[in-house]
Amino acid sequence: MNVSSSSRQSLGTLLPKIVVAPTFVVTLVFIYGFMLWNAWLSFSSSRMLPKYDWAGFIQYEKLFANDRWWVAAQNLLVFGGLFIVICLLVGLFLAIFLDQKIRAEGAIRTIYLYPMALSFIVTGTVWKWILNPELGIQRMVREMGFESFSFDWLVNADMAIYTVVLAGVWQSSGFVMALCLAGLRGVDENVVKAARVDGASMPLIYRRIIIPGLGPVFFSALIVLTHIAIKSFDLIVALTGGGPGYATDVPATFMYTYSFTRGQIGLGSAASMMMLMAVVAIIVPYLYSELRERKQ
Amino acid sequence: MSLSRVLIYSLVLLAAVFYLLPLFVMLMTSLKDLEEIRSGTLLSLPQGLNFDAWSKAWGTACTGVDCNGMKGFFWNSVLIVVPAVIISTILGALNGYVLTKWRFRGSNLFFGMLLIGTMIPFQVILLPMARTLGFLGLAGTTSGLIMVHIIYGLAFTTLFFRNYYISIPNELVNAARIDGAGFWLIFFRIVLPISVPIVVVSVIWQFTQIWNDFLFGVVYSSGDAQPITVALNNLVNTSMGVKEYNVDMAAAIIAALPTLLVYIVAGKYFVRGLTAGAVKG
Repeated sequence: MNVSSSSRQSLGTLLPKIVVAPTFVVTLVFIYGFMLWNAWLSFSSSRMLPKYDWAGFIQYEKLFANDRWWVAAQNLLVFGGLFIVICLLVGLFLAIFLDQKIRAEGAIRTIYLYPMALSFIVTGTVWKWILNPELGIQRMVREMGFESFSFDWLVNADMAIYTVVLAGVWQSSGFVMALCLAGLRGVDENVVKAARVDGASMPLIYRRIIIPGLGPVFFSALIVLTHIAIKSFDLIVALTGGGPGYATDVPATFMYTYSFTRGQIGLGSAASMMMLMAVVAIIVPYLYSELRERKQ
Repeated sequence: MSLSRVLIYSLVLLAAVFYLLPLFVMLMTSLKDLEEIRSGTLLSLPQGLNFDAWSKAWGTACTGVDCNGMKGFFWNSVLIVVPAVIISTILGALNGYVLTKWRFRGSNLFFGMLLIGTMIPFQVILLPMARTLGFLGLAGTTSGLIMVHIIYGLAFTTLFFRNYYISIPNELVNAARIDGAGFWLIFFRIVLPISVPIVVVSVIWQFTQIWNDFLFGVVYSSGDAQPITVALNNLVNTSMGVKEYNVDMAAAIIAALPTLLVYIVAGKYFVRGLTAGAVKG
C-alpha cells in the first residue's frame, strides 16, 4: 500500500516533466545545439560540404573583405532604419486619427491591417507589378499626360532599396497602428478631461500627455519591427531578387546565396552568426528591461 | 462638420485607399487578358469577368520546368499546414499547462530558454537543419517541412498557452487536485474547456506563419514537394515565354486567399496573436 502510493506519487511528479520533455529536448537540440553547430561551421574551412576542422577566423575575415557583405549590411541599416521609423510614425498617426470617434472604425481598422495576413512573397509580387516601369505607375502617370514622369526605382540600383521600404511599410504599419490604438484606448480619460478643463488644446495633450504614455507600446513595436527587418528575406527575394545586381542584398539573402547556391557554407554560417549577434544586441537590453520591470 | 474633422476623415480614407490599392490592382489585373494589360493602365477596369488567367494559374501555368499550375503546390501547403498546426498547438497547450499549473524546479529556466527560441534569426539554424534532414532522409520532402515547422513553432504556441493559463486561478486546479483529480483529468475537464479562445489564437497564428513561410520552404523542399509561396515565386520569376502578369496576379491571390479568409473571419484573434506574440516575443 505504502509502496504503491509512493510510486503513484513519483509518477505524479514525473508526469509533467515527461510531458514537456519532448519540447525540452527539441529546444536543446534544434535551437541551442544547432546554434553551436552553426558556430562551429563558421570557424571551419567548409565550402561545398561541411568540414569539421578548425580554421580560426578565416570565414569572418573573408566575410569582412567581401564588398557584397558590406552592401548587404548597409542595405539592412538603410532599409531597417527607414522601415522602422516610417512604420512607427504611420502607425501612430493612423491610430490617433482612428481614435477620433471615426465612423466605421472597425471596417477601416480591418483594411489597415489586412496586409499583415499576406505572405511577403505575395506582397513582393504585387508591388513588383505596380512598380515596374513599363506597365506600372510610371506608365499610368505618363498616360495621364505627364509624358516626362519617371519612376524607375525598382530597376535603379541606387533607389531599389526604397521600394523594399515602401512595400515593407505597406505590409507592417497596420500592425503598429493596432498596437498604438490599443495603447491609446488604455489612456486614462480623466487625465485628458482634466487637461482640457485647464485649457490645453488636443494637439498639446497628445504631445505632452498621451504620446509619452505610449512609451512601452513603442518599445514593443520597435522590437518586433527590428526583428522583422533583420530577418527580412522573402520580401527582397520576391520584390527585387536582391537586384539590380546585388544592390538590394541584405544579410539574409546574402547568407542564403552563399550557403545554398554558391557552395560557401563556412561563409554563409559566418554571415548568419553576424545576424545572430545583431539580434542579441537588441534582445539583451530588452530582456534586461523586462526583468527589471518584473522585479519592481 | 468642422474643418479638422474633414481633414481627419480625408486622411483616414486616403490611408485606406493606400492599403486597398494593391489588392484592387491585383484583382483587376488578374481579370484582364494580356492585350488589355498592354493597352490599359494599372487602374483601368477589365472589359468583363475573364477568369482565363485564374484557371491557367491554378492548372497549367509554368513554375519552372513543370507546367501544372499552382494546384499541386496549394495542396502541398495544406498537407504541411494541417499536421504542423495541430501538433504544435497540442504540444503548446500541454507545455503551457505544465509551465503554469505543474511547475517544477527549472521550469522557469526552461520557459526562458524557449522564449529565446522565438527571437533567433532562423538563418542560424538553416545549415545544421539541412544536414539533419539529409541524415533523416527527409531532405526535399513535405514531411521534413512539417517537422521543421512543428519544431520552430513550439516556442510560439507554448508562449501563447503559458501566458493564457497563467491567468487561470491556481485554486481551481488545487481544489481539483485535493479531490483526487490527476494531471490529465484536470487538463481535459477544467483547463481545456476554457481554452477555446487561445486555441483559436494559436491555430490562426501557426496557420498564417506556416502558410506564408518562404525561408524554410525554399531551403528544405524541392520539385513537387514545394509549398505555394515557393511555387508563386518560381512562377513569377520563370523566364520562359511571354510575361503573363494576369496569371502572376491570379496566382498571388490564390496564394493569399486562405490567410486572407482566416483574417476576415477571425480578425480579432489574429490581432491578439500578433500582439501576444509581439509584446512578449
